[in-house]
Amino acid sequence: MKRATFSTWILLAASVCTAADTGWMKHVSEADRGRKNPYAGQADAIAGGSRLFVEHCSKCHGEDALGRGKRPSLRTKEVQEASDGELFSLLKNGYLKKGMPSWSALPEESRWQLIAYVKSLGEHGTTDAASPAPVGRQ
Amino acid sequence: MKLISAFCLLALAILATPVAAQEWPYFVAYSHALEEPGNLEVEFKGVQATPKYGNAFSSGTIEFEYGATAWWTTEVYLSGQHTSNDSTVFNGYRWENRFRPLLREHFINPVLYVEYENLNQADRSLLEIVGHDSISDLRIPNAAARSVTERELELKLILSSNVRGWNISENFISEKNLTEPEPWEFGYAFGVSRPLALKAGSKDCFFCRENLSAGAEIYGGLGDMDSFGLKETSHYAGPTVAFDIPHGPTIGFSPSFGLNDNSVGAIFRFKVSYEFQQIFSHFHRGAR
Repeated sequence: MKRATFSTWILLAASVCTAADTGWMKHVSEADRGRKNPYAGQADAIAGGSRLFVEHCSKCHGEDALGRGKRPSLRTKEVQEASDGELFSLLKNGYLKKGMPSWSALPEESRWQLIAYVKSLGEHGTTDAASPAPVGRQ
Repeated sequence: MKLISAFCLLALAILATPVAAQEWPYFVAYSHALEEPGNLEVEFKGVQATPKYGNAFSSGTIEFEYGATAWWTTEVYLSGQHTSNDSTVFNGYRWENRFRPLLREHFINPVLYVEYENLNQADRSLLEIVGHDSISDLRIPNAAARSVTERELELKLILSSNVRGWNISENFISEKNLTEPEPWEFGYAFGVSRPLALKAGSKDCFFCRENLSAGAEIYGGLGDMDSFGLKETSHYAGPTVAFDIPHGPTIGFSPSFGLNDNSVGAIFRFKVSYEFQQIFSHFHRGAR
């Protein structure tokens, strides 16, 4: 019984730690927060973003962006409801403490494409109509 | 033993996905881009040159670069060289660590670089120029040069900025011989580069501009504590290009040209790198 209770606490603690750690949002500047994605909703940009996602992101976050192991899902409410500027700030700065690298070596245009693609996936569990398969895996 | 090595390489190739790394086309200069955590990059760097009044040589260095965390990259190098009319020798190893002290992106991003080297004097990898390194070092016969092993500590301050698709990197190098009472030696490297396209195309393509990046590097020695300056050392400059083969390795080429009489006329550099993503994730229970 004791072992079961201990395991439950460990599982609970682990799920709290890994579930949508949005600590990075605290560090987003107001200037960044207000930035708009110039490619939002553009089919070409989303397709380009899909290729970038396969190349740079899918191994950690999964091809379906639902996360892998300790690497978080990008289709949670927190990520999908984050503003374009907040996600742009995350890609630029990373969240080095938690293992998310900075992607500042990717040009700004490419980062906006990635955001357009991630946003196009939608929240997991909601309608999936706008969930294109990554280009590289079609 | 050979069978085990072959098996390990095969396992590595099957388990990991090779992709182009997030890096710039530099050969000597470093930017602030670190290896992504959990990724292993295997890179071969080759150097070919013919020093005036000396024998032509080819040097090869194999690098294993691992992203330990998002702010720490560690790397091991093994180097060897072949000199015409002379011999082929193994030169030794390096162990390098790079740290990002600031956890956010700034206009100028510092990276601290610490490396331990255990190399003999026959090393021709020319991964940096420091102190009074000059063409005369490259004329020493291998038999004499390989008999002297140098254990050195190398420190670099890497400053790097990403601006509108461009990367601008400045490296300040210092090196101390740990086995001989020699003064600290200094060097520099600057690099600037940019991808040929900033936006990814909507379709997979091979020779897309987005897969190519180009730039230039300049590097050389700055003397030592006793005689600091640009004189009595070598300096090089040249263009550099890299091509990220889609779903494959990255290849790069750079001719560097000597800028004074202490330098070799031309050094031809090439590299092939392959990044294995999340190399150990297959062994983690949590991985799907």
